[in-house]
Amino acid sequence: MNLESIQMALRGIVANRMRSALTMLGILIGVGAVIILVAVGAGSATKTRKSLEALGSNTLTVSAGGFGQGNRGGTQSRNLQITDADAVALSDKLQAPDIAAVVPTITGGGSVTAAADGASATVGQFLGTSEAYSAVRNAPVEAGTFFTAADVSNHASVVVIGTTVAKNLLGATGDPNSLIGQPVQFGSHSLTVIGVLKTKGSNGFQDQDDIALVPYTTVRDNYTGNTGTISQLIVQASGGNATGPAQTEITTILQARHKGSTANSFRVLNQASLLQTANANNRTFTVLLGSVAAISLLVGGIGVMNIMLVTVTERTREIGIRKAIGARTSAILSQFLTEAVLLSVLGGLLGIAAGIGGSRFNIVGVQPVVQSYSIILAFAVAVAVGLFFGIYPASRAAKLRPIDALRYE
Amino acid sequence: MSKSAQTPAAFAEPAPNASRPRPPVIAMRNVTKTYGVGDVEVHALRATTLTIERSDYIAIMGASGSGKSTLMNILGCLDVPTSGRYRLAGIDVSQLDGDAVADIRNRRIGFVFQSFNLIPRTTALANVEMPLVYGGMKRAERRELAVRALTRVGLDHRLHYVPNQLSGGQQQRVAIARAIVTNPAMILADEPTGALDSTSTAEVLAIFDELNIEGRTVVVITHEDEVARHAKRIIRLRDGLIVDDTRYAPVDGLPPHASNSLEPAS
Repeated sequence: MNLESIQMALRGIVANRMRSALTMLGILIGVGAVIILVAVGAGSATKTRKSLEALGSNTLTVSAGGFGQGNRGGTQSRNLQITDADAVALSDKLQAPDIAAVVPTITGGGSVTAAADGASATVGQFLGTSEAYSAVRNAPVEAGTFFTAADVSNHASVVVIGTTVAKNLLGATGDPNSLIGQPVQFGSHSLTVIGVLKTKGSNGFQDQDDIALVPYTTVRDNYTGNTGTISQLIVQASGGNATGPAQTEITTILQARHKGSTANSFRVLNQASLLQTANANNRTFTVLLGSVAAISLLVGGIGVMNIMLVTVTERTREIGIRKAIGARTSAILSQFLTEAVLLSVLGGLLGIAAGIGGSRFNIVGVQPVVQSYSIILAFAVAVAVGLFFGIYPASRAAKLRPIDALRYE
Repeated sequence: MSKSAQTPAAFAEPAPNASRPRPPVIAMRNVTKTYGVGDVEVHALRATTLTIERSDYIAIMGASGSGKSTLMNILGCLDVPTSGRYRLAGIDVSQLDGDAVADIRNRRIGFVFQSFNLIPRTTALANVEMPLVYGGMKRAERRELAVRALTRVGLDHRLHYVPNQLSGGQQQRVAIARAIVTNPAMILADEPTGALDSTSTAEVLAIFDELNIEGRTVVVITHEDEVARHAKRIIRLRDGLIVDDTRYAPVDGLPPHASNSLEPAS
């Protein structure tokens, strides 16, 4: 294959613009679909990873009541509550060496409405927690400060709010930081805003910025009553590999502390295993999408073969002329094979452009992430498809006897 | 493309050798061609023996079905004889495989067809260059030879025209340029004027006369007396047999109806 035969093939392609364009469209769609769908798969994996990372690294959440609890656990288990004492027990380095930090959270009963300067809005999450929440949950403040251990032990009437809460109170154009130091009415009590959290965005299920964080002692005083129970414990493992052992330690300690409880009495969610499951699901999803796209690439290849067969039939006489003036079998073969491969190469290049272009748009809520391997793979397959589906028509052309081809009308 | 790269010199015929006479362009002995088998057997050509010398100008005549197309296909190495022996410029063609025969057609024979058979949507220059492309010649050299051949047929001002921009006569002259560009042993023309008006016919016949005067061997297959009378020797076929073989001018003489004006009208 040389420049000469590429020029010859280009001439053949240009001679039938419409037909060539439609044939290339088949390959274009195939290659473009592979690139976009693989990118969507990768984008959705990235999204899942990010939303899980937003929950903090190496963390586990512990709450009372396991999966399917209602049917089997009985009254005793259902009434089971996690207490301050449990939190203290889990913080014991001797019993639980793999646990780095334990953060209690208490959900204020019912919905809480924030109000200031005449504006009011329901707060998505009104949480009582400890000073460690900021570090463990990966929720730093943008301005102001997070509350301290002293605030917790002093039952201070302070609050750290997310940007959505601030915007709900100030309007979209208001500066959230202007609320710092201001009293805001949360339900029946007034709390002083001491910090605004960095924006996290949505995790796909809820707005993570629609949140108000208050020392859990204050929440017990003013909202839930001093029951000594905890809605959910956030446990940070001591390292990336420690989440598994930490999970075992949590279950063992809690089961020992609560008589009559089983492994199912507590719900321990492990971020790492969630991520693993999500990644596995995403991989299946990506492979499935890629295969569907690959089939359309194959269909595009059959289009190339179809058009090449038509071309060979149509140009039978030309083949005869070329053979009469001395073209060898290999010359005819390479001419039509080059044309088929060129069709799929051009279609493939356009498909790459379409794929990259299409991946810039948000598709069903997922921002696709173009994978270079999918580009290389799709293009290579397109070229191979052109070769494979070009061989039959080209060899049919090459095998024509010049005398028959010349007589063809 | 072709593996054998050629220089222009390779297209030139070997220098005359006094001690060893050059073989005739065509030497056919008892060549037959049969189509079909058994009851449907058709003898298109029966035991034909024919020798054509260099620089001769031959017309092969006959009604349709006389076997002249079959003879032309065998002469042009487009078809193989059922039996007999055919030597073209000393080479036994019946012993060669497909690619070798393609090379023979490429270098030894220049075809001119009734329907011109130019490659559509391809310029006159590219059409004329094509045999040289298949011969493996380099771009610059073949461009030069193609321009020279087109100039020879008076079309140097139509180099970049595509066939459907040219008149029938001009297309046939492009085809002639393509036939002579490789400097073949023989120009084989099949009803070359069959699709042309009388003016173009005269032009084409004048070119054939000139080519023959230059020493080229010309074989024309025709059923028109007007075309045949330009030949030095007329062979008539009937039912696959040569029934008449008459010489009207000596091999080394002028064609009998060579026009006085050697410049073809353009």
